[in-house]
Amino acid sequence: MTGALGPDAVDVAVVGGGVVGAAVARRLGRTRLRVALVEAGPDIGAGTSKANTAILHTGFDAKPGTAEARLVARGHVLLSAYAAQAGIPVERTGALLVAWTEEQHAALPGLAERAAANGYDRCGLVDADDLYRREPQLGPGALGALSVPDESLVCPWTTPLAYATEAVANGVTLLRSCPVSGAERAGDEWRLATPRGLLRSRWVVNAAGLRADDVERCLGHDGFTVTPRRGQLIVFDKLARPLVRHILLPVPTGRSKGVLVSPTVFGNVLLGPTAEDLDDKGETASTADGIAGLLEHGRRIVPALLDEEVTAVYAGLRAATEQPDYRLEFRSDERTVCLGGIRSTGLTSSLALAEWVAAELTAAGDDVGERPDAVGVRMPNLGDAAPRPYLDGARVAGDPEYGRIVCHCERVTAGEIRDACSSPIPAVDLDGLRRRTRALMGRCQGFYCSAEVVAQFARHTGRTPPQILGLAS
Amino acid sequence: MTVGTVEDVDALVVGGGPAGLAAATALARTGARTVVVDREPDLGGVPRHTDHLGYGLREFRRVLRGPAYARAWVARAGHAGADLRAATTVTGWVDDGGTGRRALAVTSPRGTGVIRAHAVLLATGTRERPRTARLVPGTRPAGVLTTGALQQLARLGRGTVGRRAVVVGAEHVSFSAVLTLRHAGCEVTAMVTRERRHQSYAALRLAATRGRVPVLTGTVVTTIAGRARVEAVEVADLASGATRRLECDTVVFTGDWFPDHELARRGGLAIDAGTHAPAVDAGYRTSTPGVFAAGNLLHGAETAGVCARDGEWVAAAMLDWLAAGARPWPAADAVPVECVAPLRWVSPNAAVPGAHLPHGRFILRSGAFARWPRITVDQAGRTLWSGRLRRTVPTMPVRLRANWLDRIDPQGGAVRVSVETSSLT
Repeated sequence: MTGALGPDAVDVAVVGGGVVGAAVARRLGRTRLRVALVEAGPDIGAGTSKANTAILHTGFDAKPGTAEARLVARGHVLLSAYAAQAGIPVERTGALLVAWTEEQHAALPGLAERAAANGYDRCGLVDADDLYRREPQLGPGALGALSVPDESLVCPWTTPLAYATEAVANGVTLLRSCPVSGAERAGDEWRLATPRGLLRSRWVVNAAGLRADDVERCLGHDGFTVTPRRGQLIVFDKLARPLVRHILLPVPTGRSKGVLVSPTVFGNVLLGPTAEDLDDKGETASTADGIAGLLEHGRRIVPALLDEEVTAVYAGLRAATEQPDYRLEFRSDERTVCLGGIRSTGLTSSLALAEWVAAELTAAGDDVGERPDAVGVRMPNLGDAAPRPYLDGARVAGDPEYGRIVCHCERVTAGEIRDACSSPIPAVDLDGLRRRTRALMGRCQGFYCSAEVVAQFARHTGRTPPQILGLAS
Repeated sequence: MTVGTVEDVDALVVGGGPAGLAAATALARTGARTVVVDREPDLGGVPRHTDHLGYGLREFRRVLRGPAYARAWVARAGHAGADLRAATTVTGWVDDGGTGRRALAVTSPRGTGVIRAHAVLLATGTRERPRTARLVPGTRPAGVLTTGALQQLARLGRGTVGRRAVVVGAEHVSFSAVLTLRHAGCEVTAMVTRERRHQSYAALRLAATRGRVPVLTGTVVTTIAGRARVEAVEVADLASGATRRLECDTVVFTGDWFPDHELARRGGLAIDAGTHAPAVDAGYRTSTPGVFAAGNLLHGAETAGVCARDGEWVAAAMLDWLAAGARPWPAADAVPVECVAPLRWVSPNAAVPGAHLPHGRFILRSGAFARWPRITVDQAGRTLWSGRLRRTVPTMPVRLRANWLDRIDPQGGAVRVSVETSSLT
């Protein structure tokens, strides 16, 4: 994986190992095409994909007629089915779009109509009494809600990892820590400059997220600029989970979906996100103002939430461009594909975007029929709704390491840490281990287990604790 | 879920630190079938990681280092006949199968199972609130620790602690963190506390800092900076608002104890608003019959000796309960004992007239400095006791004599403990 690139060319180079790029690599990996998935960062899903609100959207509130509306609706169907098959945690809690003012209340029927225009006809109006029956901890003053029963929670980390793992299992070459710094057309192929040498490919798919504009420029296009839009989120302790039954959405404003309160598949409660346009594509710091603003929203939506401990605060960057819709380009003459300007809905639409790329490739004359020997994957469960290894007596009986709990807050076992280090796409740093197992992500933030987790990770990866802790190279 | 073994015992102790092991020793000595489970690879609790002297004089008649003290308790409880199980996690409350016992699911490398006990003791301890719970903004680099994490990392070997640290907090444990950092070869740039003064003994401060570490009082950490590893923290003076940047590769958040109350919460036990721990009466009985609590789960963070004393104390109430079988749960009749700001909490949280307490005293925590403050204990306006304490210091324990318990009116409502605000300094 760390060696120089061989002379072999591939048919498709997918640039960007976020949820969208990984989905494309998964789909094309199941064909006879030779595919490379090229990720600048150290891990799959470690850029904008990792800090997401983790909702599997129906697309009920998308702008009708847009690519986003079509692909989110289709992606919801595809990912729901795929998640069940691949073991990606999904919980169908449904959403309630809560109206706090007369103006918002009056907008609800229009939103139901918009949902219908998007092909989603299961929205329902909920009066205040019914709303408080459904959400007893909701703060006072809500006038009613729109119910969207198919909005669901999904694991934002397992999803891209499942795609990439399946891609690798089907022969896709995965290159991590491999930023593309330039591209040139040479006869019939693209030559991508990377630290490992030139990557030769007939097609280039740009799924570079926050850097999609840079990659576009490498490919000779200057169609848009990505302006990172920061979203700060607060994660409450798992003891807060009983306070919230549904995804509680605000009535949307033009700029973003606004501040929501939502359970997570891990059993926490999420409050966020903010929406702040920034210049720096690496600026994932949280801020005092951001946190204070979110808590103010939280206090109104579910007041009891504020009595619970906060487990994490994080910030993600949405890859926003000058226009709200996705920036999709299929250029068969140049053999480049652009999947740009995809913000938080990309998690939901990922499989539909991959399906779209495959269909366009077919139209361009490539054979994207699935090979009969293509395989699927089954991912380790991180979710709260299905039994984790520590609860599975048969599994513990078969391998005592699944009964040896190392991270107590998240109940992560030594067996799971070992597996994350020996999986087809092993964790290479502590963040990668966190996303694969949830170790160190609980309420104590390593008070009890950080040394033991670091020691086990060092043992499995052949590295030293100082290296893992960022104190030695 | 596959359920393996189901065991019926007299007493189940959850947490094998000083409180749990002291209780188990006392229980097992009477012949009660007693199981202690601890989720860590070894029993002994926090003293396993605090490698300095000062333990054991009362319990073992000699001065021990933390790890030796932990081993001494493990040996004593084992010798008494308690069944000690390390690497065993209680994962939740389950149905008792009609036995009238309290049933808990456990997982260990040996398998999953259920333990049903007539008496359950929660001795799950306390933890330091990490950076996230304190809502300190910034990036999320490696090198942001608690004292607990620091002590364990330092034992992993050389080079696991950085070279320059900022310590957040200036209470006993904060100075202990400074000592650990120094032994690991890490320079301490500054200590930061939002209080007006440090909150420890001058001697400990001097021993830890050798007078060379500035304690920035009235100051808070406003931002953590750094990508892969901490590069600096920004601190702000609360009075002036002035900020400054302190270069460092490690930040240790110390103290600010919060009880590990998950099992108590999941079991629906009443929680005290001040301690965030299960509310207990003078016998350390919780709101649920058959369920007891002791140690730093109730009052983080007292010394190991205080916790061990708790364990011995609660064992007596547990033995009473085991001997009497099903009878009214005494905690149901107890009158709540509450405190008024700036007092933060009082433990235990309820009492009946004439009750006895460990050492005959309540443990009180104040949020403010005061010298010779007048404390008043009243019930519905009727003064039960009024007198002066030597001082109160935020984060430091204060003992309040409980010689007024026989004056409680069992029907008189909550007892309130308050401090005269004019005595605040």
